[in-house]
Amino acid sequence: MNIAYSTELICFLILSAVIISGSLAVVLLQNIVYSAFLLGGVFMSVAGLYLLLNASFVAAAQILVYVGAVNVLILFAIMLVNKKEKLKPIEGLKNRKLISGGVCGGLLILLLRVSITTQWNIPGPTSIGEEATERIGEHLFTDYLLPFELASILLLMAMIGAIVLARRDVSIPTDYLNDMKNKKSLSDKKIPLLTENSLK
Amino acid sequence: MLSNPIGPVPLQAYLIVAAFLFCTGVWGLINSRNAVRVLMSIELMLNAVNINLMSFSSYIDGSIIRGQVFSIFVITVAAAEAAVGLAILLSLYRNRVTIDMESFNLLKW
Repeated sequence: MNIAYSTELICFLILSAVIISGSLAVVLLQNIVYSAFLLGGVFMSVAGLYLLLNASFVAAAQILVYVGAVNVLILFAIMLVNKKEKLKPIEGLKNRKLISGGVCGGLLILLLRVSITTQWNIPGPTSIGEEATERIGEHLFTDYLLPFELASILLLMAMIGAIVLARRDVSIPTDYLNDMKNKKSLSDKKIPLLTENSLK
Repeated sequence: MLSNPIGPVPLQAYLIVAAFLFCTGVWGLINSRNAVRVLMSIELMLNAVNINLMSFSSYIDGSIIRGQVFSIFVITVAAAEAAVGLAILLSLYRNRVTIDMESFNLLKW
């Protein structure tokens, strides 16, 4: 048994176990903060799978974008809206979960059957190593130039849209503005460092 | 079949992991009542699709790697989707003071 192949197999098994158990925990755990952190673990393991598939650039992009940006964004959203609220009970929730579980299990069985029974006529994994990054750059600036530019426009639109949607509409009353003009600045106001209650 | 100890990891193994991830994401998307968890399930599904793209790119298209370029585009769109989705979620929370998916029935007929 070749040691490289067995190492690859062990890494693959560990990473896929982390991915499957982590994704189940993301969906099933009650505490959403735990599931957000476990989602970061799932993203990291997916990046590890990309490394096994000889794609170092995409693995780095996955870690930067997903773990560094998307996961942090989700954590911030959780902290902004984190309120313990009693969810209203809904009749037939158990039935709904069971039915959707059946549908998803059927979809899973279908996908597994297709992927196992198909005779994949493939040349096998080929690696071009570090040349992959150069190749991606060539693709992005030659035959995928239009999607690349569209992606930049999409990112700009998403950024502006997110700002517009999440901005709080603050309407400052005019007398408050006049007050602010009369006061010079906050540092001119006499703010006691210690209140009288704290001195006692 | 799956763990052939002589050769490299077969393509089917990657496809099976991606199928598990995708079905978990679909289940969570349907059944989550917390709106943030719905967005997390969408991210799981996008990751499953990315695993498929990357494995086919490595096993079939190993020298041209179109799949890697495609998955970079998917990552870009996923980042934009997460930003806009969370912004929508914040403004919904500001209007409704809840993140229960069952109470977001504003656009129902």
